[in-house]
Amino acid sequence: MAEQSVLEQQEALVKERAATAALARPPESLWRDAWRRLLRNKAAIAGGIFVILITIAAVFADDWFIAIFQDRDPEPFLAPYGWKQVDFQNTRSGPSLQRTEDGGFPHIMGTDKYGRDVFSRIIFGARVSLAVGIFGSLVIMLFGLTYGAISGYLGGTADTLMMRFVDIMYAFPTLLFIILLMVILGSTSGFPAIRNMVLGIGLVSWMGMARLVRGQFLQLKEKEFIEAARMIGARGVSIISRHLIPNSLGPIIVSVTLGIPSLILTESTLSFIGLGVPPPFPSWGQMLNEGWRAIRADPHLIIFPAVVLTLTMLAFNFLGDGLRDALDPKMKGTM
Amino acid sequence: MTAYIIRRFLWMVPVMLMVTIVVFGAMKLVPGGPFSQGGRPLSPEIRANFEAMYHLDEPVWKQYVRYMVGDIVDTGQLRDFGRNGLLGGHLGPSYKYRGRTINNVLFDGGPLRAAVSVSAQLGLLATIIAVGIGIPLGLISALKQNTWIDYTSMFFAMLGVSIPNFVLGLMLILVMLWLNQNGLPALPLARWGTDSFGDWLSHMILPAFTLGSGGAAIIARLTRASMLDVIRQDYIRTARAKGLREGAVIMSHALKNSLIPVTTVIGPLMAAWLTGSFIIETIFSIPGIGRFFVTSINDRDYTLIMGTILVYAVLLVIMNILVDISYAFLDPRIRYD
Repeated sequence: MAEQSVLEQQEALVKERAATAALARPPESLWRDAWRRLLRNKAAIAGGIFVILITIAAVFADDWFIAIFQDRDPEPFLAPYGWKQVDFQNTRSGPSLQRTEDGGFPHIMGTDKYGRDVFSRIIFGARVSLAVGIFGSLVIMLFGLTYGAISGYLGGTADTLMMRFVDIMYAFPTLLFIILLMVILGSTSGFPAIRNMVLGIGLVSWMGMARLVRGQFLQLKEKEFIEAARMIGARGVSIISRHLIPNSLGPIIVSVTLGIPSLILTESTLSFIGLGVPPPFPSWGQMLNEGWRAIRADPHLIIFPAVVLTLTMLAFNFLGDGLRDALDPKMKGTM
Repeated sequence: MTAYIIRRFLWMVPVMLMVTIVVFGAMKLVPGGPFSQGGRPLSPEIRANFEAMYHLDEPVWKQYVRYMVGDIVDTGQLRDFGRNGLLGGHLGPSYKYRGRTINNVLFDGGPLRAAVSVSAQLGLLATIIAVGIGIPLGLISALKQNTWIDYTSMFFAMLGVSIPNFVLGLMLILVMLWLNQNGLPALPLARWGTDSFGDWLSHMILPAFTLGSGGAAIIARLTRASMLDVIRQDYIRTARAKGLREGAVIMSHALKNSLIPVTTVIGPLMAAWLTGSFIIETIFSIPGIGRFFVTSINDRDYTLIMGTILVYAVLLVIMNILVDISYAFLDPRIRYD
């Protein structure tokens, strides 16, 4: 018991010192404070590290950054095999840690029915998921920010009308509408397929962001510092870009980060029903779709893409959660 | 309150009108048509005849008017208003399922076996599972905040939010296959049982759990957060101070108030479940309306595309209205005028 009380005393002392130190420190900006809070959140940091690792793996999966200058096809760089490279001797082989017969890198996650390395295809597939997740949320931010900013800044009748339109957009079953759009835009290969998906998703999912930005603007524009800015002659665009947007950046960042996993989910869903990036270029949803047909014989074809997809979603969710707690401690623990 | 409800339902009319216009327009932008799909192309003359029969050769606006008000376009008689049109409750003929109307495709088969009903049953069970798991889990986490119980259940809630429901479905199928291969009892994986309640439940439980688990996770996280917020309010302290038992404080004061934000998500989630996630229906071969959606787009079965989207949209809007109304009952402070 005595030991414990000594410990407690020490702890109290440390806390007190920290408190006085904090008082002595010059006042810190919101961002530095938030960064400190984020670093304390282990789950968010783990999520962030996973996101960085998978981004590096996706970007440097092959050596396109060299090949583009030498005018040749990219060779595998971080990924052990190319995404369409086939190993005829090992088709449909299970995961193994042994080197292949000709001394190649082991197929640690097995191969599919053409003898393509599942591990490499998962790495290349990350490109599709991350591209849709990141560019999709940028598009949503662009649409939603513009719309919400105009609506919230104008207020009055214009605001009412613009928000009525948002209500109407909410009546559309989002995923079904994206599917319809994907069929209209057509499933072409490679870059256009990703572009179509990003645009299609962006077109029907900007409303949440618009509402968020509008709400922020409505609150902020009544504050004294906006009035002060007006007094010294600042007008529309400069008030929006210099004062209103920077002050609502916290919630926007949180919403963007938490939006990425739902975009990745939409992408994998589309790919799973065959409306995403067409084969042979891999995406996780499409690999699951191909693997599903052989679920009994080759379970490794769906287990690994499923695990990686879920881990990526988890990582982004933990990171987004951590960012929210860090930027707005009041919101801690809500969705 | 009554005026508010009436106004909300009246507002549905322009919203639904807008949905029909946009979907109709988008649908006509899809390249190809119902008679140019499939392996065996029809000769141009036959195709032209078919298209004339279904008025597909008319300008799009005229097709739209025909879809909405039906025979009045040809007869000019006001008494034909709505006959064979959407406003008269007719969703039109199917191009793919020849000789059947969309009303047949979606609503026929009896109260248990109709496509809409099958999806609704699946959705209802998913809702029950989501609420039944989510609220207790959130409640326990909040009451045991920062203990291992809290951490474990919140980790599972995060997992539930993160795992795509079709991935969970595939994993559950794998587990069942493994059980089956090892001679252990496993749940049936496909189709739809209506022989007995047990048969029905055994076919339903896997897809319903797959559909509901994400919602359960969302509800658990939300319940926990709002419970933690409520439990620090003054009126909880008052309730404790006047000597109420802890159980009564939690159940009748804290939980009831903390469920208000939870209802906001249950509305839209339930709309999504009631219509059944079409991927879940595909994976588990369930004859609901979800499976029609992708096939109808591929077949360019215009009326079926419209029909499915409309069913979803109507449910979505009604659910949102119900949520807003239920606020007023849960939280007497909210007044609509």
